[in-house]
Amino acid sequence: MRLPLLLGLALSLAALLAAVVSLVWTPYDITAMAIAERLQPPSPAHWLGTDHFGRDIGAMLMAGAQTSIAVALVAVGIGMGAGVPLGLIAAANRGSLIDEAVMRLNDLVFAFPSLVIAILITAVFGPSALNAILAIGIFNVPVFARVTRGAALSLWTLDFIRAAEVAGKGPARISVEHILPNLANLLIVQGTIQFSLGILAEAGLSYVGLGAQPPTASWGRMLAEAQTMVTLAPHVAIFPGLAIVLTVLGLNLLGDGLRDHLDPRLRRIR
Amino acid sequence: MTLLSVRGLSLSIDATPILAEVSFDIAPGETFGLVGESGSGKSMTALGVMGLLPSGTVAAGEVRFAGENLLSLPERRLTALRGNEIGMIFQEPMTALNPMKTIGDQVAETLLIHRAARRAEARAAARDRLARVGLPEERFPLSLYPHELSGGQRQRVAIAMAIALRPKLLIADEPTTALDVTTQAQILDLLKRLTAEEGMALMLITHDLAVVAGMATHVAVMQQGRIVEDGATGTVFRTRAHDYTRKLFAASGHRPARTARTRPETLLEVEEAVREYALPRPTAFAPHPRLRAVDGVSLTIRRGESLGLVGESGCGKSTLTRAILGLDPIQSGRVRLGGAEVTAGRTMPRALRARMQVVFQDPYGSFNPRHRVGRLVAEPFHLTGTPTDASDRVAAALEEVGLEAGDMTKYIHEFSGGQRQRVAIARALIIRPDLIVLDEAVSALDVRVRAQVLDLLARLQDSHGLAYLFVSHDLSVVRAVTDRVLVMRSGRIVEEGETETVFTRPSHPYTRQLVAATPVIPANWKEEAHDD
Repeated sequence: MRLPLLLGLALSLAALLAAVVSLVWTPYDITAMAIAERLQPPSPAHWLGTDHFGRDIGAMLMAGAQTSIAVALVAVGIGMGAGVPLGLIAAANRGSLIDEAVMRLNDLVFAFPSLVIAILITAVFGPSALNAILAIGIFNVPVFARVTRGAALSLWTLDFIRAAEVAGKGPARISVEHILPNLANLLIVQGTIQFSLGILAEAGLSYVGLGAQPPTASWGRMLAEAQTMVTLAPHVAIFPGLAIVLTVLGLNLLGDGLRDHLDPRLRRIR
Repeated sequence: MTLLSVRGLSLSIDATPILAEVSFDIAPGETFGLVGESGSGKSMTALGVMGLLPSGTVAAGEVRFAGENLLSLPERRLTALRGNEIGMIFQEPMTALNPMKTIGDQVAETLLIHRAARRAEARAAARDRLARVGLPEERFPLSLYPHELSGGQRQRVAIAMAIALRPKLLIADEPTTALDVTTQAQILDLLKRLTAEEGMALMLITHDLAVVAGMATHVAVMQQGRIVEDGATGTVFRTRAHDYTRKLFAASGHRPARTARTRPETLLEVEEAVREYALPRPTAFAPHPRLRAVDGVSLTIRRGESLGLVGESGCGKSTLTRAILGLDPIQSGRVRLGGAEVTAGRTMPRALRARMQVVFQDPYGSFNPRHRVGRLVAEPFHLTGTPTDASDRVAAALEEVGLEAGDMTKYIHEFSGGQRQRVAIARALIIRPDLIVLDEAVSALDVRVRAQVLDLLARLQDSHGLAYLFVSHDLSVVRAVTDRVLVMRSGRIVEEGETETVFTRPSHPYTRQLVAATPVIPANWKEEAHDD
């Protein structure tokens, strides 16, 4: 394993660990306010300082990791779960009406600005983490469908697919048995990229108040709340910002590293 | 006097030796042939001469071109030489041209880069060079894009670019390997004419002994980064002093020992098969023009027979093959295997499908890189149901094609091209079909590996009573392994008959043209081979 992969793994695992630990323990209760201790800079008692309500920022970041990862993970799950089969179906029926219908539907979803849809969803159902998941997830579907279809199309021209056809295998079976495993690299990379974009999107939606609602902690909302105090107490903005940057960076490194590591051909060249 | 003198050229990349002590001379106006199998270091020698070695390459020795040692020249001087004094053309005309630029601009570019002419003059010169390589103004305006040309025409454009500044040396790296025989003959003729008229030296790199025999005055045989033998072409071919040269020579004309075991029963019958494709509309509302890829083809293969199907790219042989394999439907006519109708896709019963298998050309694309060999070879069991002793049968099939049972657990990238074709044959063999379609199955292999695979195919045919449909553009291979042959052109069978008869006394003009275009080693050079 090479350094970028290790670094990516370490950063991603750190975020994951923080999220998991926050399920059972945080250094301070993030719903308890202590106005007397507000806006304290980092100290032995509060390693990352406190916010304007005197809540421990470290504890809030841990809880926020939970929200970010849950939202991004489920959103990528929705995107892959629907997008990959759609892409495979389109590629297996390339050139047909089915292909055309699937891809044009994708274009339609692509054509809507995601933020506007998110606003629409929250306007109808009210702002919540669940609606943020839905909004982000829906926009992941065409991404995965396109990536899958594009790569699958070039695989369909290869001779080993001919050999499978000669062995009497139908398009569904070939898609699952031969196409999908050869897309794994690509999907892992795209998955981690979408995962990191999902974290950014969740932060963005929370920032404008359309994501997780108080008292659920969220990195994006922490940034939004810190905005007015950034000159007074910069650490209130810096730490959530760093959390987002490092997690996204870690995921991208992880995706790239995994692609190289998982491919038997690349493994041999090294 | 020599134009290019290579002395003791050694190359290594990351401590792996690539070339060892390569020495040869090219005189002005001479055609020099460099022959060897893939991986022998032919192309690296050419890149060394051009100073285009990949980064990390350590070179030792001397490459003197017109007195200057190219290895010690700074990059600025080298760029001035490249294109100007030394031109180069490559194997793949599809990728050697920039698809976004017109052919006129590409040829003119060479002149502009070397500031040999102003824009208007450069275009005039480009026009002139393109005409010289057989692309006259009337039919091939400068404004054409590479995709509007055929492979042979693109190779002509590449040649025009290489000779734009009348270089003293032209390096041609497998210039005709990707082309059809008749196109190959035309390109070789063109190169011959240009070297004669321009007094240009040609360094011809190829794996094909017959091509060298017809072109080069002087030849060097390369093996594993060394030149094992060199001299005047006729002498090298006649004496074959080095063991490797003898092996190459024997392999290139190799004919597996086979006895015709054709039985009278008909196995495969194609009657008046027609397959059309819709082409893109020429304008937005015009109807789709239709291309008849297969135009009323009829053929029969008897049990145990080996039938050849030859034709150039685009003649419809692949489409016909797909129809025979039941992968694509035909629009009229019928295909019958052992009396039962072959239909495309799901409608064809598995038991019928199990009676034929296929081996493809590309040893790299024929296998799912994510599966182990055991699973790859077992894939056709999908047709018959996996037997309880499947893994024993896979092991037996691998051993039958000259591999080991232990290879089952390996991935395909661990095998060489020739071994991969053996795996492909094992896969085709595993369910004991009656017919194996060999779609250019040995075209991508080096001559010696090709000879071994042909031997293997002949042996398997003998022991299993297999019938082969041998689809190829390579006439010499078809001649060596088939009983009967069909010649296909523009979707039709133009000639059919016993292989030897068709090749020695071709009756259709197209067959005659094909036979004439196939490069051969002169018979009197071969004869003396029997003496040693």
